[in-house]
Amino acid sequence: MSVGVSTAADQPLALVNDFVVKFANVNGSGSASANSLFARSILRMGVPVAARNIFPSNIQGLPTWYEVRVSEAGWLGRRGGVDLMVAMNPQTWDRDVAEIAPGGYLFYDSTRPIPASKFRTDITVLGAPLTQIANATYTEARQRQLFKNIIYVGVLSYLLGMDPAVIEQLLSEEFASKPKLIPANFEALHLGRDWAAQNLEPIGLQVRPADAVGDRIFVEGNNAAALGAVYGGATVCAWYPITPSTSLAEAFTDYCQRFRVDPETGDANFAIVQGEDEIASIGIVVGAGWNGARAFTCTSGPGVSLMQEFIGLSYFAEIPAVIFDVQRGGPSTGMPTRTQQSDLLLAAYASHGDTKHPMLLPMDPGECFEFGALAFDLADRLQTTIFVMLDLDIGMNEWLTKPFEWDDSRTLDRGKVMTAEMLEAGADFGRYKDVDGDGVPYRTYPGTHPSKGAYFTRGTSRDPYARYSEEGAVYGANMRRLLAKFETARSLMPRPVTTLASQPTTLGVIYYGSTAPAMDEARAILETEGLHLDAMRIRAFPFQDEVYDFIAARARVFVVEQNRDAQLKTLLVTEGQIDPARLTPVLHFEGAPITARFIVEEISALLSEAVREAAE
Amino acid sequence: MTWIAKPQFHHPELPRNALGFTRRDYEGRVSTLCAGCGHDSISAAIVQAAFELDLEPHRLAKLSGIGCSSKTPDYFLGASHGFNTVHGRMPSVLTGANLANRDLIYLGVSGDGDSASIGLGQFAHAIRRGVNMTYIVENNGVYGLTKGQFSATADRGSKSKRGVENHDSPIDLVALALQLGASYVGRSFSGDKSQLVPLIKGAILHHGSAFIDVISPCVAFNNHAGSTKSFDYVREHNEAVNRLDVILGRAPIAADYEPGSTTTVQLHDGGVLTLRKLATDYDPSDRNRAMAYLQERQSAGEIVTGLLYVDPAPRDLHGALHTTKVPLNRLGSAELTPGSTALAEINAGLR
Repeated sequence: MSVGVSTAADQPLALVNDFVVKFANVNGSGSASANSLFARSILRMGVPVAARNIFPSNIQGLPTWYEVRVSEAGWLGRRGGVDLMVAMNPQTWDRDVAEIAPGGYLFYDSTRPIPASKFRTDITVLGAPLTQIANATYTEARQRQLFKNIIYVGVLSYLLGMDPAVIEQLLSEEFASKPKLIPANFEALHLGRDWAAQNLEPIGLQVRPADAVGDRIFVEGNNAAALGAVYGGATVCAWYPITPSTSLAEAFTDYCQRFRVDPETGDANFAIVQGEDEIASIGIVVGAGWNGARAFTCTSGPGVSLMQEFIGLSYFAEIPAVIFDVQRGGPSTGMPTRTQQSDLLLAAYASHGDTKHPMLLPMDPGECFEFGALAFDLADRLQTTIFVMLDLDIGMNEWLTKPFEWDDSRTLDRGKVMTAEMLEAGADFGRYKDVDGDGVPYRTYPGTHPSKGAYFTRGTSRDPYARYSEEGAVYGANMRRLLAKFETARSLMPRPVTTLASQPTTLGVIYYGSTAPAMDEARAILETEGLHLDAMRIRAFPFQDEVYDFIAARARVFVVEQNRDAQLKTLLVTEGQIDPARLTPVLHFEGAPITARFIVEEISALLSEAVREAAE
Repeated sequence: MTWIAKPQFHHPELPRNALGFTRRDYEGRVSTLCAGCGHDSISAAIVQAAFELDLEPHRLAKLSGIGCSSKTPDYFLGASHGFNTVHGRMPSVLTGANLANRDLIYLGVSGDGDSASIGLGQFAHAIRRGVNMTYIVENNGVYGLTKGQFSATADRGSKSKRGVENHDSPIDLVALALQLGASYVGRSFSGDKSQLVPLIKGAILHHGSAFIDVISPCVAFNNHAGSTKSFDYVREHNEAVNRLDVILGRAPIAADYEPGSTTTVQLHDGGVLTLRKLATDYDPSDRNRAMAYLQERQSAGEIVTGLLYVDPAPRDLHGALHTTKVPLNRLGSAELTPGSTALAEINAGLR
């Protein structure tokens, strides 16, 4: 057993409230809750954190990482690089040690000796005999494992100067319903702290109380999107388990149990069905939407692949549906537990024939809530499928985000629904008739009126009165009306957000979704290097004209996204008739969320290349 | 136009039901199926059943998949909303529709290709869930719209019109439905309206997943010698185990049955199903014995028809989900949106 510190580094990193800690663990070892406790404790000290799980498609025994970005400045993306590695997994030791920044810190369980060759000389190494401490205190195997995790949180709290009272407060809240567990957790925390106080010194990375969190909340995007669906009035959810979307359906179930069950009768104002597959799930959604209920499914890329035929039916028969696509690494089964933005084209043009589907592109859980509710209004108004495109990074990680807001005067916008009264008053009902030029027809719910308003819904071509027709002109007019409806969609979708550089520039950058926080930091870093970029964050498809205007007004525009094939660029080029050479892709697709440093390096390299070429 | 207009004149003395509707009020557009198609007889039986049950046509929703059988909902109940969905996926769409509004009657019409091949999974799972519906398969053993390929219900050894022999084992949808927990299971023949109409009526009144397999010969592609789904073959091999009479709750029981010759099933709305026994040893209240009986008789070459199983007190999907009595599609913001105060509490719990 080795104990204590070896400081070979010439210049140990000295950073306050601005560093990256990465935990390397074995999955199934109970580390996730201890790591989350660590991140939340820093948050409670008033310092913003961004925490990300990088985990395997497995239940027990494989490597998993948890990366905590501590940033008083408020950068919530991944920065890139690691300043303190908490190396708890022998399987990944070598790569974990290699990842530490020069001058950084390695913390490990020193119960068993590790040969000197396994360490680096340019970092500070901190060992604590965690297993020995746990085994000396606890007899039961699972307790030894779980409390070892709390012990290392205790050691870290000492090393980083964290306030133990904050951690105790969080533990008390977490175990409020099982108060017996509170003293045991306190004990484990202090075992770690006390051992560290006797054997180690605080390190150069320090957390100091600050006031930079404000009223923000810390929540997963899937949870926020599910809450959005509750507020958006969704009553029917049909889903099939698939990572990384499963927790969305589970959160919807929990919120419905909390808010939608009559306490006296037990009657539920919702219906949730776990389908036998994704096809049945979207079929149930289409059936419920046809019959006037707000319905959704949540899935990932493989599920959207299976749903194609129904999405085409929703488009052509004009039936409201909402699909939350929590994107993961594709193609095929791909990397089920890694993140990507690689379903954009799949969703935008889903199904055979000429189709296009509106998409919402939330950047964080706050927008997941907002767009989650909005999607149901849009689906009803446009009578078509609306995609809400999350990804694993937003969906399954807790993000610091603005608090959820709701205007109590807001009601459900059901769009053009012809009622029994309107039919009785003699309204001419043509299910596929464009009565006011926006391409959106009226619909009736089944059972509306004893003799008026019934129609036959089909995926085959039909005339404005829903009668089967194979006439070319009738088909053509309908297809053109659907394009007109897509124009209406354009006017209803959330507009892009433009942020101009601090100095006039001819360069621009376009991005969307979970790339946003890393982009914010990257632009700030580039500005310090004298590179100024105007930025546009796209929030929806179809794109508004201001997107094309942004591109037209700049000499060069980078499109930063998390897929291999530059899918947003393809959509921009295709839909906006843009010269592809005007858009330079910056692509990050190896599964971990994009980092600010990656964006900085890529754009710097592309620009210096351009300067070189100009000079030659 | 690709649809055919139907003349609007009515015979002035057409009989009217309790709601004042004639049979014409339950009809749809002119059928575009082949002359003599068994499916048209089933459509007529649905019209008759709805008329006799005094249904308000707009309180029923009819759904189908793809194929000849799935075209038929356009040809009956023209005042009802209809939905011709995608191939093999009617059960999920019907399930969703049913979840949205539990107050309507749901009629699913499908074929043997639609339900036994591409849609076998959805057929199974809708039945498993106990969706309150009447699910009719118009079973002709053949793909009609694509001109005569075998379907999954074609019997092993039966011959196609071109003389090709089917080598694959047939899927028996009745046996599957029984195994999967359907709470009302019948089989009939499109050529036997007196048997089929009461079976449909009983299914519509049943408050759970009701399945009827109707052998419905395809006159164009499966009505030849060597077929086991032809009119002649089915007539020769049809063995009815019982005859069903459906007596509505409000009607006085007028029929006079010989003691011991009938079994009755009380319906939740006060109506009664009366079964006249034809096979004296057949008990439609015993799922396991029904399955064994069907296997035995099928092995002997018989096509067993009648009401084969009924659970008098089924629990449907809404019962399992404890869904509110108000149709979900009628709930608004007041019932569905928790509001800003609840949201403030959620926010507080996430800090």
